[in-house]
Amino acid sequence: MALLEVSQLDVRFALRQGEVKAIRDVSFTLERGERLGIVGESGAGKSVAAFSLLNLIAKPGFIAGGSITFEGQTLNTMSERGLRKIRGNRISMIFQDPMMTLNPVLSIGEQMVECLKAHRRISSKEARAIALDKLRQVQIPSPEKRLDQYPHELSGGMRQRIIIAIALLLDPDIIIADEPTTALDVTIQAEIMALLLDLCEQHNVGLILITHDLGVVSQVTQRMLVMYAGRVIEQGPTREIINDPQHPYTQGLINALPQMATPGEKLNQIRGSMPSLSNLPSGCAFHPRCDFIKRADGQTRPVCIEQVPGFVQAGNCQAACHMVAELMEDRRLKEESQ
Amino acid sequence: MIAFLIKRLMHAVLVMFVISVLAFAIQDNLGDPIQQMVGQSVPESEREALRERLGLNDSFMVQYVRFAKNAVQGDFGYSYFYREPALSVIARHLPATLELVFAATLIIVIFSVPIGVYSAIKPRSIISRFFMGVSIIGISIPVFLTAIVLIQIFAIGITVSIFPESTGWGAWLNGLFSTQGNMPSFGRGYDLVHVVGHWDTNLASWNGLKHLVLPAISLASIMLPLFIRLIRAEMMEVLQTEYVKYARAKGISMRRVYFVHALKNTMLPVITVGGVQIGTMVAYTILTETVFQWPGMGLMFLDAINRADIPLIVSYLMIVGVIFVVTNTIVDLIYGYVNPTVKLTGKPA
Repeated sequence: MALLEVSQLDVRFALRQGEVKAIRDVSFTLERGERLGIVGESGAGKSVAAFSLLNLIAKPGFIAGGSITFEGQTLNTMSERGLRKIRGNRISMIFQDPMMTLNPVLSIGEQMVECLKAHRRISSKEARAIALDKLRQVQIPSPEKRLDQYPHELSGGMRQRIIIAIALLLDPDIIIADEPTTALDVTIQAEIMALLLDLCEQHNVGLILITHDLGVVSQVTQRMLVMYAGRVIEQGPTREIINDPQHPYTQGLINALPQMATPGEKLNQIRGSMPSLSNLPSGCAFHPRCDFIKRADGQTRPVCIEQVPGFVQAGNCQAACHMVAELMEDRRLKEESQ
Repeated sequence: MIAFLIKRLMHAVLVMFVISVLAFAIQDNLGDPIQQMVGQSVPESEREALRERLGLNDSFMVQYVRFAKNAVQGDFGYSYFYREPALSVIARHLPATLELVFAATLIIVIFSVPIGVYSAIKPRSIISRFFMGVSIIGISIPVFLTAIVLIQIFAIGITVSIFPESTGWGAWLNGLFSTQGNMPSFGRGYDLVHVVGHWDTNLASWNGLKHLVLPAISLASIMLPLFIRLIRAEMMEVLQTEYVKYARAKGISMRRVYFVHALKNTMLPVITVGGVQIGTMVAYTILTETVFQWPGMGLMFLDAINRADIPLIVSYLMIVGVIFVVTNTIVDLIYGYVNPTVKLTGKPA
């Protein structure tokens, strides 16, 4: 059995206007030491998925269905007390913005020691020693000094290193990183990502990396999920999805990368924008933006508008699109004719 | 640290200067001090001589410069009524007021923090809604009315007889809502313990403490709901922040999340407001002390106004100004200690 199994996860927000389905029918697994990427535009439900794993979604959000199983324990029905033993201990998190994540009025040492002491019966002295060791592992210059410093005395990159150190404090099985480099300087992003990858490999820690950066996903993860409007629309080995995306949305995302544009021409953006979760289009949620919805004779395919697509196997990947087989056939023909 | 304190000392001097000028400027409108000092039978010629001797006929500038010269040497003039240095009159009344303010502050701190935090954590619970409703009422009722209601209930006593006395439960309910009215509501009591100098304390005897209860509650009645609401609002905001979410994700206990991570950040603005409000409370004592005949500075000041006792009025206003500056300085020091991003105390980074 996999280390972490998420099946048919359904997360909703009870708003005044009614329930909004933020996540629908999301299933995936993570093996020990495996690195999984979750990509998608803003609003696709990536972060909600990440936070719901540890039941950390804030009210009015709640898990309406499905299950999250970690080492045989069902997390979504577990008591708060039981979850607390797992949070920060077996599964730890890295948040998006290091400037906002650390408490401004507590010293770095205090914020590290409290985490250790919450999960292990150790003295403050021992806790400080472990904290110092982890700070060394994240290659912070003069780590001894950092324990007594406050967040405002450190740069964004340093703070994110500290947050990585905190994530590693209790040698967790899984780290969930929610856009860990988005808020950082471009030059620092690569450094932090390389560090995180390196440490995960060293300690055999599983990583769930949430990002909208396809470059990062392709470098770091072995498998990936692409999310759109609260659903997974494509999943499989990262390399295959990046090299040969099946779903029109994934194709659009990869085509939209600046590297894919012809110099002097406009970037190939996907037209339109992500629909609001409270007002989703019928059938395939991507159909209003999809370029393949028209048949050769100019007619719109009714199935795209009427039916929510299920997963179709395509090589080692699965894509939730009615036209996967057709599109594959088209491409094969095109390649043959060339 | 020293530079900071010197700066604050300069502030105090500036505040005292401005207050003294303002207080002097209004003295002509306060009435004639001579009329309060001497009897009806004293002839006008003698009044004029007294006026001349006290320097009341000199121009504003002359009077002010004379006052300022003496004030610099620590002489704030003689109270016309008490016929002794104004400062020593104030010194005699100061401890009573400070003890009252201290007791009210204690009540505010003890009650506002737990109630504010609770109603931020559980904003929808019935208890929170109850406290929010009561606090609105508390803010809207003026101090002197609260004081009079407290006296009626706890010092005079009320007898409730709206429930039928013949039934057991009626008698029980009547008894429940009736009060004995045995709390003292007048003055500081007979059992004051001498501490040092002019300072006799209410805090060291049972009788003294009992006398302090009602005045302190009514003085606290305006500020307490204000602080409950302030703490609640700040705490609710802090609970939405990323670092509180992150603290939860670390698996630490909710108690620690609330009382270490959230409360410490909540208290930052509360401390700032608190400093100003303690000073304001010194001013509110005028009302409370009048209702309870508490022999402190507030009551003394009201009497001084009635008697047009100008040196005492001016001295009081200046002392209150200094109290403002001092409390704000202390509050700023505390703030700098709690908030590591502020380094006004010059502690090494």
